[in-house]
Amino acid sequence: MTELDTVGDASVSYGLRINGRDRAVQAGWLGESLLYVLRERLGLPGAKNACEQGECGSCSVLLDDVLVCACCVLAADATDSDIRTVEGLGDGGRLTDVQRAFLDEGAVQCGFCTPGLVIAIHDLLDRRPDADESTVREAISGNLCRCTGYGRILAAVAAVQRERSGD
Amino acid sequence: MTDVTTTRGVGGGVGTDAGRPDGVPKVQGRFGFSSDAFAEGMLWGRTLRSPHPSARIHGIDTSTAEQIDGVEVVLTAADVPGTPTFGLEHADQPVFAADVVRYQGEPVAAVAADHPETARRAAEAIVVDYGPVEPLVDAEAALDADPIHPDGNVVRHIRIVHGSPDDVTGDVVVECEYEVGMQDQAFMGPESGLAIPDGAGGVDLYISTQWLHVDRDQVAACLALDPEQVRLTLSGVGGAFGAREDVSLQVHVCLLALRTGRPVKMLYSREESFFGHVHRHPARMRYRHHADRDGSLVKVEASLWFDGGAYASSSTAVISNACSFAAGPYRVPHARVEGWAMRTNNPPCGAMRGFGSVQVCFAHEAQMDKLAAALDIDPVDLRLRNALEPGDRIITGQRITGVAPVRECIRAAVDLPLPTVDADGNVAPVTLPGGTGRTADAEHVRRGVGIAVGFKNLMYSEGFDDFSTASVRVEVGPDDEVTATVHSAAAEVGQGFVTLAQQIVRSELGVQRVQLRPADTVIGSAGSTSASRQTWMSGGAVQGACDDVRRAVYERVAERRGVALAGARREVLRLDAHGIHHVDQGWVVPLAEAIGDEPVEATHEFHHANTEPLDEDGQGDAHVSFVFAAHRAVVDVDPELGLVRVHQITTGQDVGRALNPRQVIGQIEGGIAQGVGLAVMEEIVLDGGRIRNPSFTDYLIPTALDMPVVDATLIEQPEPGAPFGAKGVGEPPTISSTPAVVAAIRAATGIDLRRVPVRPDDIALA
Repeated sequence: MTELDTVGDASVSYGLRINGRDRAVQAGWLGESLLYVLRERLGLPGAKNACEQGECGSCSVLLDDVLVCACCVLAADATDSDIRTVEGLGDGGRLTDVQRAFLDEGAVQCGFCTPGLVIAIHDLLDRRPDADESTVREAISGNLCRCTGYGRILAAVAAVQRERSGD
Repeated sequence: MTDVTTTRGVGGGVGTDAGRPDGVPKVQGRFGFSSDAFAEGMLWGRTLRSPHPSARIHGIDTSTAEQIDGVEVVLTAADVPGTPTFGLEHADQPVFAADVVRYQGEPVAAVAADHPETARRAAEAIVVDYGPVEPLVDAEAALDADPIHPDGNVVRHIRIVHGSPDDVTGDVVVECEYEVGMQDQAFMGPESGLAIPDGAGGVDLYISTQWLHVDRDQVAACLALDPEQVRLTLSGVGGAFGAREDVSLQVHVCLLALRTGRPVKMLYSREESFFGHVHRHPARMRYRHHADRDGSLVKVEASLWFDGGAYASSSTAVISNACSFAAGPYRVPHARVEGWAMRTNNPPCGAMRGFGSVQVCFAHEAQMDKLAAALDIDPVDLRLRNALEPGDRIITGQRITGVAPVRECIRAAVDLPLPTVDADGNVAPVTLPGGTGRTADAEHVRRGVGIAVGFKNLMYSEGFDDFSTASVRVEVGPDDEVTATVHSAAAEVGQGFVTLAQQIVRSELGVQRVQLRPADTVIGSAGSTSASRQTWMSGGAVQGACDDVRRAVYERVAERRGVALAGARREVLRLDAHGIHHVDQGWVVPLAEAIGDEPVEATHEFHHANTEPLDEDGQGDAHVSFVFAAHRAVVDVDPELGLVRVHQITTGQDVGRALNPRQVIGQIEGGIAQGVGLAVMEEIVLDGGRIRNPSFTDYLIPTALDMPVVDATLIEQPEPGAPFGAKGVGEPPTISSTPAVVAAIRAATGIDLRRVPVRPDDIALA
């Protein structure tokens, strides 16, 4: 592979399907991550950039219903996928049950990890609605939070589980 | 959520679990963090940093970098128009290194380009001719070493002589040396900012920081601008914990913007963030405790070596705190403490949650346990026997005039129930030491319990004239509803001051609808979001502005109604959600009517009580107020593997009064997480001044699996002189949680652990 002289030499245009809408990426550098394209080219900054090393989960999105770190996916490699971001949650700006529980239980402080956690918890509870506490802890252990110590986040998950099961 | 109505008749006031005003945008991903900032046609800035901890710079060649397509400008030290150095307390740190570099990661040059990747490549294309020098990496050795900076290697030396330490000894003496490794704040939102030139020589900076005005003053000095030409607006802050007290990219990004005439955004990667902000001071501490046979403390002797790294940052205040609180929250009649904040070629260290108290608490609590063992006294009883009370003096000679519920904190922590053991002995493997690795053998796991107590100051100390400014404007909106607008430069970093500001206005003015203007430098300084001070200081400023608004409304109503306010022996007017009442005459004027189309606005500057510097013996009334907490930790340890899982932490915390109990619990749980991290996992590993683990792959912070269950009791004894009686709550959870965990590991293993973080080989190879 030869060293490219400038970023512009490796630019390409392509389409992505995000939250049910087709979006065009014009003259993007091939090396751009899905996270960068969402945030800097498509005006969708909800996925956050805390580490860009796949370690913190703050950029969690769903790629064909699989939870991934958007920082570790090349945008130009996601052209055939259905991408869902935090901006695609809720209906017409309404809060989801997970988002409401985060507010009611005090799970939000600085909020930088919050969108990634909201996505990850929706994914978990869709797959494992009755997950026990240690399963929940393990499931969200890929989402780092530095403010809360996770206590109120776990309380929010439990509140959603109670609500969904009709308790 | 509790739903308590304020005395003025509206909900969501002081004492309730009011919701955050920024909560909805945060859960929806719409909240604007500094890294989300965008401007049309903006460039991307990038910093080039030294790979060497110590080196001479023989030359810098930027010509190749400048020729890359898309690169707009490359800047070095020669391009700094104003003061070449900056610093929080002493301007000793170069904007760009000129002739020498003093730590790995020191900025040497910066570029602006049309794409972040172009900027990265341009920075790599800058050729710097370094002559590496053997780095100075030991704080004690720095005392006699050649100075590595014109200001010398001793940043500050403090000596405390309290009582008559030369004349007394105890029946029982225990001594030991302790070490604390370098911890990182590891906030989630990386350093980032957007600078936009104003076309008239000035600049607007959108930035995540803890103190807008102190940033502004440093940027203006380095750019040779008047402070009015540098306008800062707080952009969403993704956590801080002390790491955003110091300038990181502020000067660089403004300089790039002014030189290119275009908006410039800078955004650190996680790796660069580890090099771009100060850390918690590593410390080496030697202690000798003396006690009577009955367990009463007689004397504490300590020498404290804090490694401040290459530049001063807030080391002078950190070492002062470390000395003031070196003996812990106990009655100590005699003490001799020497503290040294030293300059080395290690990464610069400054503020982190707990600020000097964290390091000494690890040591003094280990000493208390050693003393308890030597005296054959229960560790809890020993602490209760010596606990500070109101009216006692700390080792700086200062008498505690406020509340000091040390015993209540201890009793609360130890009275909360211990974790129950499953009757069938079933344990989820993932909750054993080692977690997801599932390597621990449940039959080998041993449980231990430990306790620790800590304290520190609230607000700034040693005579600093600390203040906060806030304005409150009350007006009638188009819908005939009264709206209050708060303006303050207080940095919301996640802790929840924005919630408190709304709560205070609701309680003070009976106005339900309270909005907040963005924090910026248009209004006067609010001081730093640090030292657990904003609840008291900016809470006090908002309360003061409300007082002024209410008085102005009373005067307006009194004039219209012909009521005399002056000379009355008591308040004849009273304000609640229904309006302004005359106490005797029974009439009510609705607030909306009183205001009409003439909004009422007041700006208030709140100062705390004066403090004084420490004298040559480290004595003086240097602190405004003190805050206390106790922690009990329960840990499970696999001694063969050296793995630890912290199972439960209980705590009693002195909060004065909980203005928002749910937010207080959030602060306690979050602070304990950072204490647990320091106890068993978090350390910036240094090798000859080089950071070996600048990533979340190698610098581990607690995950949801690592965090214990937390059970907290809030000790509410209103603090005299504090607005609403409330104390700041952010730091105490991070102070004594660490030593409690280590005490529990010692109890489980019998190993005399003297260093944090406790590493697996400290246990397995002991």
